[in-house]
Amino acid sequence: MTSAMISTSRAWVRNAVLGLALAVSGAGVAEAAKTSLVLGMAVEPAGLDPTVAAPVAIGQVTWQNIFEGLVTIDRDGKIQPQLARSWDISADGLTYTFKLQTGVKFHDGEAFDAAVAKAAIERARGADSVNPQKRYFATIASVEAPDAETLVLKLSKPTGSLLYWLGWPSSSIVGTRSAADNKTTPVGTGPFKFKSWAKGDKVELVRNPDYWNKDKAAKLETATFRFIADPQAQAAALKSGDVDSFPEFGAPELIADLEKDAKLSVVIGNTELKVVAGMNNARKPFDDQRVRQALMMAVDRAAVVEGAWSGFGTPIGSHYTPNDPGYVDLTGVHAYDVDKAKALLKEAGYPNGFTFTIKAPQMQYAQRSSQILQALFAEIGVTMNIETTEFPAKWVSDVFKGGDYDMTIVAHAEPMDIDIYARDPYYFHYKNPAFNDVLAKVQATSDAAEQAKLYGEAQTILANDVPALYLFVMPKLGVWNAKVKGLWANEPIPSNVLNEVQWED
Amino acid sequence: MSLFRSFCRRPQLWLGAFVTALLFAVALISLVWTPLSPSKMQIVHKLKGPFDHGLLGTDQFGRDVASMLMVGTWNSLSTALAAVIIGGVAGTAIGLFAAARQGFVEQLLMRVCDVIFAVPPILSAMMLGAFLGAGRFTAIIAIATFMVPVFARVVLGSARQIWARDYVTAAQSIGKRPLGITLVHILPNVAGQIIVQTAIQLGLAILTEAGLSFLGLGMAPPAPSWGRMLADSQTYLGLAPWLAILPGLSIALAVFGLNMLGDGLRDVIDPRAESG
Repeated sequence: MTSAMISTSRAWVRNAVLGLALAVSGAGVAEAAKTSLVLGMAVEPAGLDPTVAAPVAIGQVTWQNIFEGLVTIDRDGKIQPQLARSWDISADGLTYTFKLQTGVKFHDGEAFDAAVAKAAIERARGADSVNPQKRYFATIASVEAPDAETLVLKLSKPTGSLLYWLGWPSSSIVGTRSAADNKTTPVGTGPFKFKSWAKGDKVELVRNPDYWNKDKAAKLETATFRFIADPQAQAAALKSGDVDSFPEFGAPELIADLEKDAKLSVVIGNTELKVVAGMNNARKPFDDQRVRQALMMAVDRAAVVEGAWSGFGTPIGSHYTPNDPGYVDLTGVHAYDVDKAKALLKEAGYPNGFTFTIKAPQMQYAQRSSQILQALFAEIGVTMNIETTEFPAKWVSDVFKGGDYDMTIVAHAEPMDIDIYARDPYYFHYKNPAFNDVLAKVQATSDAAEQAKLYGEAQTILANDVPALYLFVMPKLGVWNAKVKGLWANEPIPSNVLNEVQWED
Repeated sequence: MSLFRSFCRRPQLWLGAFVTALLFAVALISLVWTPLSPSKMQIVHKLKGPFDHGLLGTDQFGRDVASMLMVGTWNSLSTALAAVIIGGVAGTAIGLFAAARQGFVEQLLMRVCDVIFAVPPILSAMMLGAFLGAGRFTAIIAIATFMVPVFARVVLGSARQIWARDYVTAAQSIGKRPLGITLVHILPNVAGQIIVQTAIQLGLAILTEAGLSFLGLGMAPPAPSWGRMLADSQTYLGLAPWLAILPGLSIALAVFGLNMLGDGLRDVIDPRAESG
């Protein structure tokens, strides 16, 4: 007992002396800035390979941190060169010739060259590919690698959006040796290397000291992704400093409280998350355009935004967001008008309304929006029952794949995905040849102004036809330590790009 | 004056009876009148405090909390009452039958009750919900199932004692059938126990119903329920604490009142328990 006490007190003296020495030696140097960042996310991905599964959480951990593509999408949503340093598109739009970077190595030492790039694209578009955006590679007829620095894509028809799609997480260039194991131990060419993954808790990344692009090398030494689903716990973690940043904070109603905390900065940005109440256009009464229009007119979008998301969010009139090229504000096409909605419903043969069920996922925005829609529809005599459907598993099997539903509500995360209304099959069961025509024309041209005009036409068709109820775009509620700089304020593509992030002294 | 003395002698009983009567009164009034429609959303008035807008403020959709609580009282009470009646009748029947037959049948029935009792009502509601879909009916069946073994045991325990009485033996010896004896001699003698148990179980059923609604296994929206109000209030705790406090208080008060009533009734009906 006594000896232990003595040794403890000795240790204390030793530590004190050491501490003093350190303090003296460090007196001239300012406190070093932190080089580690803990970033919080609400959803943990099931795997870490964005080229084999769709959930956006995968890309939000890995894209641009571990994995890179031929091209990338920057914080303004613009296409930028990456593993391809330049490219040339033939006049007929059928041949893309990429000049590739040299001296790029994967984290496991494999060298990147045209053959590797070819293999990665072949893997994504091949017959047994499970790439979530496989159809984006459908027009690629052949991939050639004439030399180590040149990659040539030959297309079967012009595809105006191909370059943009090549910037997506699902188009990441993976190594030939490591591709099979990327789901659990991702290996890419990016500024961060994968270190560990404690399932249910966190993913850890470390700086890649051998990163090929010295100008864009990571400033942080380590980055940790932590997964916290409950918004109250998210707020507590931010306030206590356990988590340095929550780029997509989950509860708008807590934002006012976090804004009061001087340690934190709250940055409201825009996203591509379109909250849309899809209807089964093949099922009565939603097969009647007038019924869909009446329901749209029964919706007070401002009330939905206020009630569901505390007023954060922008109402939309079609499946398109204000940051997309060629956006047209179409919220006035079927503006909130209870009397008109009732009249239209009567005309369609439902003077006393009807009853149906919405399959709403458990997420807060979906549950709250559903309850508001329920109250709004009641005003025009339509009874909507709410059935909570677990997302993603049950929702995907019942609604998305099974198509067994009347109405559902979900936030569509993919940017520029207005083409989903031209897909067959897709869960809306919406069929409109005129719409498909417009979208085909978009791909036939690579002229940006022409594309924007065509996208305007596509939006107008949807706003008139109302295959789904267009509600609002969710904001990006970014909350992070006020000393953290370099995180994206907006989210033109779901991501957490960390190479420019650093702590301010 | 005599009422006052009676209250002094049995404060629990009278307090419990008062709270329970209040509860039933609010529930019944809500059927014909509430300050506002409980499902009427006035988003512009959302999250207003008590007395600021309406008597008890508004929720995140601008609905009137007082109206929601009133209708919630009816929803909670009617669900709990239905569950307790179903479970009580079934449990009493099983208890009486087991007491009349005794031996192997009694053992078998009681073991089955043990198994049912071992499964928490929340769990059985989740399983039922998977088959029937969540909703009021599921909640009633789940809670009722949980009530059956409780009533069965209580009734069996008392009924066995009465079966051993001399007058029952006398009735048997003159050739009365077990069913006749059960109805004429046993049931009236255990009725007191059943009434006491009903009051206590009603409190428990309200608590369970709130738990189920909290987890989204109770009544479907827009029908207000205390449990779901509590669940919805979670993220607004710092902003609008009354949204959590008011339904929480309602649940606590209801359970308190019914337990007081149950305890008070037991003191009257079964004086032995008071000394023991």
